[in-house]
Amino acid sequence: MDALNRFIDMGGYGGFIWAAYAAAALVLILLWLFSWRSLRRSEGELAQLDRRLPGRKGGQGRTAETARGQA
Amino acid sequence: MHRFANPARFARLAAAITPWSAALTGLLFAVGLTLALIASPPDYQQGETVRIMYVHVPAAWMSMLVYLVVAAGSASALVWRHPLGDIVARAASPVGAGFTLLALLTGSLWGKPMWGTWWVWDARLTSVLVLFFLYLGHIALLHAFDDAARGARAAAILAVAGIINLPIIKFSVDWWNTLHQPASISRLGWPAIDPAILRPLLVMAAAYLAYFITLLMVRVRAELAVAKLRGLRAALLARS
Repeated sequence: MDALNRFIDMGGYGGFIWAAYAAAALVLILLWLFSWRSLRRSEGELAQLDRRLPGRKGGQGRTAETARGQA
Repeated sequence: MHRFANPARFARLAAAITPWSAALTGLLFAVGLTLALIASPPDYQQGETVRIMYVHVPAAWMSMLVYLVVAAGSASALVWRHPLGDIVARAASPVGAGFTLLALLTGSLWGKPMWGTWWVWDARLTSVLVLFFLYLGHIALLHAFDDAARGARAAAILAVAGIINLPIIKFSVDWWNTLHQPASISRLGWPAIDPAILRPLLVMAAAYLAYFITLLMVRVRAELAVAKLRGLRAALLARS
C-alpha cells in the first residue's frame, strides 16, 4: 500500500504528472473515437446509396476491373 | 509509389494496414508507459517531473511532423493537382491540432512545477501556439466554402505558407533567450541524455508515430468515402 501511495504521489508532483498523462489519454482517445465514427458513418451512407441505386453496382464492378487491369 | 496514388487502391491498402498498425500502437504504448511510469529513474535535476517529458516531447515532435504531412499533401494538390494530396491534408490536420494542443497542455503542466509558471510568451511557446492556430485556420478554411474544392485550395495555400513556422519552432531555443530547455537529442553527436531516460522517450515517440499512422489510415478512408458520396450525390442530381 505504501509503495502504491508513493507511486501515485510521484515525489509530490503526482498532480502534474497524472494530469499530463490524463490529458494525453483524453486527446488521443477522443481523436480516435471521432475518426472511427466518421469512417463508420460515411461508409454506411455509401452502402445505403449503393443499395438505392442497383444500377450503380455494375458500373462500380467495371471500374474495379479496369483498375485491376491497369495494375 | 505511384501505384498507391490511385485513391481506390490506397483505400484498400489503408484498410489492410489499419489492424496491424493498431496492434503495433497498442504494444508500443504498453511498453512505453511501463518504461515511462515504472521502469525509469527520476531525473537528477527535475526529479519525477521528467516523466511528463515522455508524453510532452513526442507530442511536440508529432505536431511538427504532421504539419509537414499536411504541407506536403497541400503542395502536391496545388502543384500536381494530386487527388490524394488534399485528402491526406484534410485527414491529417485535426490530428496535428490534437498533438499541438497536447504539447501545449503537457508543457504547461511541466512548466508550472519546474519554471514556476504555466505559460511565458517566449519564442518557443509562442511559435508552437502559432502552429496550433495555423492548424485551426487550416481546418476552418476547409469548411469555409460551399465549394469544397475552393476551400481545399485556400487551406492548401495557408498550409504551404505556414511551413515558415517550422524552422522558427525548431531553432527558437537557440535564437532567443528562453526558459525552454534546448534540444537534448540532435543528429550531430551523442544525445546529451541518459539511456535510462532516452529509452522510454524513444518508445513513446514510436507509439505516437504508430498511432498517427493508424489514425491517418482510418481518416483517409473516411475522407475518400465522403468524396465519393459527394460525387455520387452530384451525379444523382444531374441525372434527375
